[in-house]
Amino acid sequence: MATTPPLGAGLGLKPQHYEDAFALQAGGLWWELHPENYGVGGGPRLAWLEALRTRHPLSLHGVSLSLAADAPPDAAQLERLAQLARRVEPALISEHLAWSAWRGQYLPDLLPFPRNHAALARIGANIARVQDRLGRAIAIENPAHYLHLAGHDWGETDFLAELVRRSGCALLLDVNNVYVSAHNLGTRAEDYLDAFPLHAVAEIHLAGHHADPQWGDTLLIDSHDAPVAEPVWALYERVLARAGRAIPTLIERDAEVPPLAELMAERDRAQGLLAAAQSQEAAS
Amino acid sequence: MTPHLTAFQDGLAAALRPGGMPGTPVPPPQWLAALAAQPGFAVYRNTVAQGCLDALRANYPTVRQLLGADCFDGAARAFVRHSPPTDGRLLLYGAGFAAHLAHWAPTAALHYLPGVARLDRLWTESHCAADAALATPALLAALPPEALGQQCLRPHPAARWLWCARHPVYTLWRRHREALPLDAPLPWQGEGALLTRPESAVCWCALDAAGCTLLEQCAHGLPLGEAATATLHTHPGAELGALLALLLRAGALTPAIA
Repeated sequence: MATTPPLGAGLGLKPQHYEDAFALQAGGLWWELHPENYGVGGGPRLAWLEALRTRHPLSLHGVSLSLAADAPPDAAQLERLAQLARRVEPALISEHLAWSAWRGQYLPDLLPFPRNHAALARIGANIARVQDRLGRAIAIENPAHYLHLAGHDWGETDFLAELVRRSGCALLLDVNNVYVSAHNLGTRAEDYLDAFPLHAVAEIHLAGHHADPQWGDTLLIDSHDAPVAEPVWALYERVLARAGRAIPTLIERDAEVPPLAELMAERDRAQGLLAAAQSQEAAS
Repeated sequence: MTPHLTAFQDGLAAALRPGGMPGTPVPPPQWLAALAAQPGFAVYRNTVAQGCLDALRANYPTVRQLLGADCFDGAARAFVRHSPPTDGRLLLYGAGFAAHLAHWAPTAALHYLPGVARLDRLWTESHCAADAALATPALLAALPPEALGQQCLRPHPAARWLWCARHPVYTLWRRHREALPLDAPLPWQGEGALLTRPESAVCWCALDAAGCTLLEQCAHGLPLGEAATATLHTHPGAELGALLALLLRAGALTPAIA
């Protein structure tokens, strides 16, 4: 059996880049996709993925399993995820600490909830159910926050650490979400990152954001429509230094998608930082 | 005080859903009012609404070209209010949009529009359908003539067809899909279309009423001979040999599993 190359820095897979994505060769490169866009019976989408997986590692990053809903994940959706995972054998599978489906309706966003003890029990059970069906651990991502919400029993980093302890899940640290959330809620991103259980982090996300058109710089939006901002790069370097190891890292861009070469330039920057982290790890 | 998780999600989902949710308390509870008063609340509301709108724009590109961006967005927002997404797979969202366009007052007089919307929908269905073997002309040519009538063929999972008796919806649709000249003469007559996926991409061609009937009969499980008889019953002049050849060439049929 062929050995899998280690995941370095990857990119979100966009349909307009399918052909170029297939042909690209770069150290550590991998591709992430939303399983929702491939939950179909057959056809070109699945054919593209099956071709791509012969050349590059893939990661499935769900946006609609709704793990923080006060209900179990939809059984048919979980089954589709399991089938897709069996078909493309992804290196990573991840979801969000958020909810989006409720009473048979889907709200296309990653919605907040009070991090109370009941929510912890519910989400822990939901993650366990998913991991049991998939036969593997999934990584849970910290979402972007825009609201001051009452009723939290837990800080987010402690809540995530407790989910790791209870379910054996991994974490996906979205550094842009940390930056945006801290800015919007008036906290310090550095404090959040220093408290984050880095030992459990299987993947890092980096993305761009922009200021809200109405409220300006007081409200930042996790828009994925711009290059990664310099303060987010600085936080990323801080995370790698504290982790003392290279962690698979994804550049996300979902709107205003530029030519692939521009995204690759950002990816190469992350890849360089990962290589440095790796050599430091080897030297220590 | 923030309520129990279920009540929290009931309240927030109702507040964020375009058009609201049945049974939403008015005025909202104090905890929800406190959230809605913050600038960040609109971020969620806008993201939810925009996600639904973007999905309909992507799934009904021809309708959007015909209506123009503003009118389309109005139709889409009205649709989202009564038929929000039920599934995270937004590429499948909007199954009832054609019927909505037939009833929504600003588009109700555009009698050709629902047919064009159905063709947009059929494209999505064909694109996403399961893979299956194609029944080829060679496969039938290899059969002795007396066996042909007993042969059971089914529509391929990616085959979709539509007959519109009153409007040239196929020509309207394909002129936009293929960026053909829009000012060419357009005889106002009934038309049908066949969408298939013989290789990786969705393809389309014209199909007459008899061809649509023949496919319907195959879908009901009839062997070719009986399907042909039934088709001739409703379309006495149908040229069945040519029709069958067209369906096979287009990749509309798959061998039935015995």
